Amino acid sequence: MQPWLFLFCNCLLSTSLTTLVRDMKRFILQRLGLSVITVFLVCIIVFFLTHILPGDVARQYLGRGATEDDLINFRRLFDLDKPLLTQLFSWINNLIHLDLGQSMQYRGPVSELLGPAIGYSAKLAAVAFFLIVPISIAGGVIAAMNRGNKIDRAITVGGLSAAVIPEFVWAIILVLVFGVTFQVFPVSAFPGRGQYSIFDQIWHLVLPSISLLLVLFGYIARITRAGVIEALDSDYMRTAVLKGLSRRKAVIKHVLRNALLPTIAVIASQVPYLIGGLIAVEIVFNYPGFGTILKGAVDARDYSVLQAGVVVSSLVIVSFQLIADVLFALLNPRIRQKISE
Amino acid sequence: MNESTAPTIAQKSNQERKQIRRERLRLIAKDKTFLVGAIILGFWLLLAIFGNLIAPHAAGDQDFQFVSKSPSLKFLFGTDANGRDVFSRVILGTRLIVVMAFSATVLGTVLGTSLGLATGYFKGKFDMITMRLIEAISAIPVLIIALLAIAALEGRSPTLTVIVIGFVFTPNIGRTVRAAVLGESELEYVAAARLRTERTRHILFREILPNVLPPIIVEFTVRLGYAIFAIATLSFLGAGVEYGSPNWGSQIAENWGNIYSNVWWPTAFPALAIASLAVSVNLISDSLLEIFEL
Repeated sequence: MQPWLFLFCNCLLSTSLTTLVRDMKRFILQRLGLSVITVFLVCIIVFFLTHILPGDVARQYLGRGATEDDLINFRRLFDLDKPLLTQLFSWINNLIHLDLGQSMQYRGPVSELLGPAIGYSAKLAAVAFFLIVPISIAGGVIAAMNRGNKIDRAITVGGLSAAVIPEFVWAIILVLVFGVTFQVFPVSAFPGRGQYSIFDQIWHLVLPSISLLLVLFGYIARITRAGVIEALDSDYMRTAVLKGLSRRKAVIKHVLRNALLPTIAVIASQVPYLIGGLIAVEIVFNYPGFGTILKGAVDARDYSVLQAGVVVSSLVIVSFQLIADVLFALLNPRIRQKISE
Repeated sequence: MNESTAPTIAQKSNQERKQIRRERLRLIAKDKTFLVGAIILGFWLLLAIFGNLIAPHAAGDQDFQFVSKSPSLKFLFGTDANGRDVFSRVILGTRLIVVMAFSATVLGTVLGTSLGLATGYFKGKFDMITMRLIEAISAIPVLIIALLAIAALEGRSPTLTVIVIGFVFTPNIGRTVRAAVLGESELEYVAAARLRTERTRHILFREILPNVLPPIIVEFTVRLGYAIFAIATLSFLGAGVEYGSPNWGSQIAENWGNIYSNVWWPTAFPALAIASLAVSVNLISDSLLEIFEL
């Protein structure tokens, strides 16, 4: 049985099922409430960031050459002539009804622009995720098993050093080495529109995913390493070894599932960095995702797209945080106990 | 605890703290990771200060006889598509990123420390509201919020970028400091200072602040690394610095399209510069993290 599944069943059986379900329900509702508040605050922050900061949105968008009439028309078109609070409320009201507004640049719904782009980015993020999580966890476990020696130092110091080098630098180095010099991988992440096999699409996404991997590996591996070391030093590990389990088996059976808990939390905490990193990586690999749209919106000062983009990205981040919190609570008996108290 | 022993305990712990501090400094001076990081960072700091004296050409010098020439003795790092000396531009680009990263981090640390001290010490409603706001800001990727602010402020000025990044870092630093302050404000010396009816300002800055310095120092170095990361990325994306300035990120943005025709040098050298600067700061923060046992 998978360790996590085993653990899941274990925790379901350990306390009485009904109290657990009740407590979890309350916990999830509580967390959900906090998440809603967070997203609401993000909306307010983003709105005021674009509207209160010195500078007039219409003037910024249309540029210095705009006439007074242009400005007035533009303001009327995007409701910028209404009082600030009215604008804020109608914007949030529209967001609740899943209306992201009109793009200033393309004069079409923002959702039509962001929707497909988010789809592409989700594909890239998914490929990256499947590469990042197992490799980083494996790296952390290997480092912990070699605690204190050269392999450990190489993984921890090397991993964190790689993590502070910006994604776009990695992306360009990877393109230069594997795309241009050795020509192993395609230099673009996008095979082009039309019929392409899943394998083809994934193959194009490997190199961009590696640049994201290099930036995120260090943090995740470090937390996994700490978790594994803590578990290795624990009493239950000593018991396992004393009762004759091989080290390898003991690690897989006992250490991993305990070490994975903090890893879940840290993976969720890396989602903001993953999304931030997408922008630069997508641009280097010429990939029509969320980041490319956002960069285009920055260049054109398309505030409706920018605002919607920030809200959508924070929605994704908060959701992952929520899932991680719930998983964490479900898997960790100590937290579960705290919840029911 | 009995009253007569209280001052001696306070004194002892004070002495102990001093000893721990001395011991830590000794460890730092002996740590290889720290030394390697410090040497590389020192090298870049020297270039940032004396760069104009060392660079063989000015940043804007163009020589159209030498366009996209590969590295040679005349041009150590080759020339870019505009006939400019890459070696000189890498050297001259140092100052901007170093000054920007340091000022943004200092700003963020000062603001974050004040916020952390205030929320950790006063607690209550003020703390709760601030923490919710911090949570909300943390739910926006740093890079995206910086891009948004810079776009809204019509900013291609380095000063503006520094301010934006400083503000964006404030919540993170604030959270770290708050956690440390929460731990400290439970301790006896704070209670003792309160009993002595010291002013809040005295308790915060004279009593608590010196004792939460280690996490602040580590946080500073971690944020410095991330400031370099963010400034390089922002200038690569064309936000935050004047176009055409000898900035590493902009240099890469202007030249990376040419790597497909194997003109790698105008891109690779600034890229290596960013990487080595960021790694040097990381080595320092890594070693401090280990020594301070945080």
